[in-house]
Amino acid sequence: MATTSSKEIIRALYDDDDVILKAVKDVREKGHRVSEVYSPFPIHGLDHAMGLKPTRIAIASFLYGCAGLTTAILITWFMMNHDWPQNIGGKPSMTWAQNMPAFVPVMFELTVFFAAHLMVWTYFAVNKLYPGAEAQNPDKRTTDDKFMMEVPVSGNRDELVELLKSTGAIEINDVNENA
Amino acid sequence: MHYEAPIREPLIIGDKSYHDITVDVARPIETAPPRSWWIVFSISLVMFLWGVGCILYTIGTGIGVWGLNKTVGWAWDITNFVWWVGIGHAGTLISAVLLLFKQKWRMSINRSAEAMTIFSVIQAALFPGIHMGRIWLAYFVFPIPNQFGSLWPNFNSPLLWDVFAISTYFSVSIVFWYVGLIPDFAAIRDRAVRPVTKHVYKILSFGWGGKAKHWQRFEEVSLVLAGLATPLVLSVHTIVSMDFATSVIPGWHTTIFPPYFVAGAIFSGFAMVQTLLIIMRKLFKMEDYITIQHVEMMNIIIMVTGSIVGIAYITELFIAWYSGVEYEQYAFLNRATGPYWWAYWSMMTCNVFSPQLMWSKKLRTSLMFTFFISIVVNIGMWFERFVIIVTSLHRDYLPSSWSMFSPTFVDIGIFLGTIGFFFVLFLLYARTFPVIAQAELKTILKSSGENYKKLHEQHGDH
Repeated sequence: MATTSSKEIIRALYDDDDVILKAVKDVREKGHRVSEVYSPFPIHGLDHAMGLKPTRIAIASFLYGCAGLTTAILITWFMMNHDWPQNIGGKPSMTWAQNMPAFVPVMFELTVFFAAHLMVWTYFAVNKLYPGAEAQNPDKRTTDDKFMMEVPVSGNRDELVELLKSTGAIEINDVNENA
Repeated sequence: MHYEAPIREPLIIGDKSYHDITVDVARPIETAPPRSWWIVFSISLVMFLWGVGCILYTIGTGIGVWGLNKTVGWAWDITNFVWWVGIGHAGTLISAVLLLFKQKWRMSINRSAEAMTIFSVIQAALFPGIHMGRIWLAYFVFPIPNQFGSLWPNFNSPLLWDVFAISTYFSVSIVFWYVGLIPDFAAIRDRAVRPVTKHVYKILSFGWGGKAKHWQRFEEVSLVLAGLATPLVLSVHTIVSMDFATSVIPGWHTTIFPPYFVAGAIFSGFAMVQTLLIIMRKLFKMEDYITIQHVEMMNIIIMVTGSIVGIAYITELFIAWYSGVEYEQYAFLNRATGPYWWAYWSMMTCNVFSPQLMWSKKLRTSLMFTFFISIVVNIGMWFERFVIIVTSLHRDYLPSSWSMFSPTFVDIGIFLGTIGFFFVLFLLYARTFPVIAQAELKTILKSSGENYKKLHEQHGDH
């Protein structure tokens, strides 16, 4: 009997985005788990086909934007109305509320600044992207025109290989994670 | 699923595969630059170095070396600042606004347009910096704790809003550009043969591997950044216009400025994109990706925004008359008929008249004509800022202080220097960066590629 070690992964290479999208659906239908897909460009509907949860990064960005707005309110209040209130051009800044219309541009800019930058940092962090990181794709061709699916072996290995071949895989490789 | 109406012209011409796109985009990076590149690069470098010399002279001696006088205290420096910031508007407009509107034709031009944005904002930021006189105190524009009795910047001032707007715009444009560049750097990394190239692109690509979850986040991040950058790009030139509009100088104190400046910025930005891309598509043999249709689309935007600018000029004149304020009326009459009439009419001809020629399909699909108009538009937009700034100032409140402005060689040198610096950066970019967003472009190959469209017509949906 072929190995049933859960550590073993099969990598199937495809040469078309529509073929691999169909293949992901078929392989999952047969009860296998598709642990990863590497592609040179985003494939529309792949996240759904793989059963990935929607990303929450936009929610994070909204929260960062709120933090930016709060920062802007606090610094304008502290610097203009609290720490050293000044009479500028005969328009004294007595309270933040009276002075607020003049702060709208800065409030807007800081909201955008925080929302955009902190979201991108989060994006880099959760994707483990940083300068000099080792390439995450095991096969160089997947940034050009090839697409790769990783399926952990559960049950009969040969059956899985047959299934992958029938879905249009052009190349099959075994990887043992222990090795 | 990859369907697009057959009446839409293909955005990628020829029989291309995914691999062809990778190869075509990587070619300028993997081959040695041609002689023409070296010639243009050398000229730009000399101009840049001349500009650096003039800037050092200015800093060492003081801004008295410029042609400014007591009446005209803002002239070429602010004209150049606004001109460069304006040019820097097309990139984010293309990548953000056109992304929100799902305009697929943006994909082959957004990378270079964003590069142009970043490089022109760098030029723009130079001018307020050196106009401060004591550039070593430039950090005073930021609200940082200091030892001068906690002296904070004035948040009521549009000049401070400008600091925030330009800094945010510049830094957000860079991350927007870089997030899109990472997958393309990874493609270059995976093709690299020489160890040095491989290492450099390994660093630049941040280890990108194209995992499904990462692409999902990539698309979400792009969409959110586009959503944030759209109001941001409109806010930047709005705030630049407020530098003028919130003052009490006749000719500046007008509420029409924000939309008028934004339209003018998009107008000049697209003109500069045309100037650069018409040359680039030819030199890099990218005619299959940056097609005549792309050029035509941008020409239509130039025509529309040029017309908005024209309406703004006429509205300004009308409101000056309608206001009944004689000083306001004089400011505009003086622009058109005073000593700077030639600047005013250059602006009118270049910005209002010339884009109207784009109504002709024959003209707007002609590359030579487009290139010519793109230069004309940028000359016109430089004159627009010159007219607004100098003609409004040179007739002061007291006729005894009326004067004219004439630039010194330092004014001219710094301006030429920024043009040189801009082209140095752009030429280096064109040789080392993937100039087309290839990963994004691959997503539309099956719907908008010529070969796939033909197949679709022959065989229908399969």
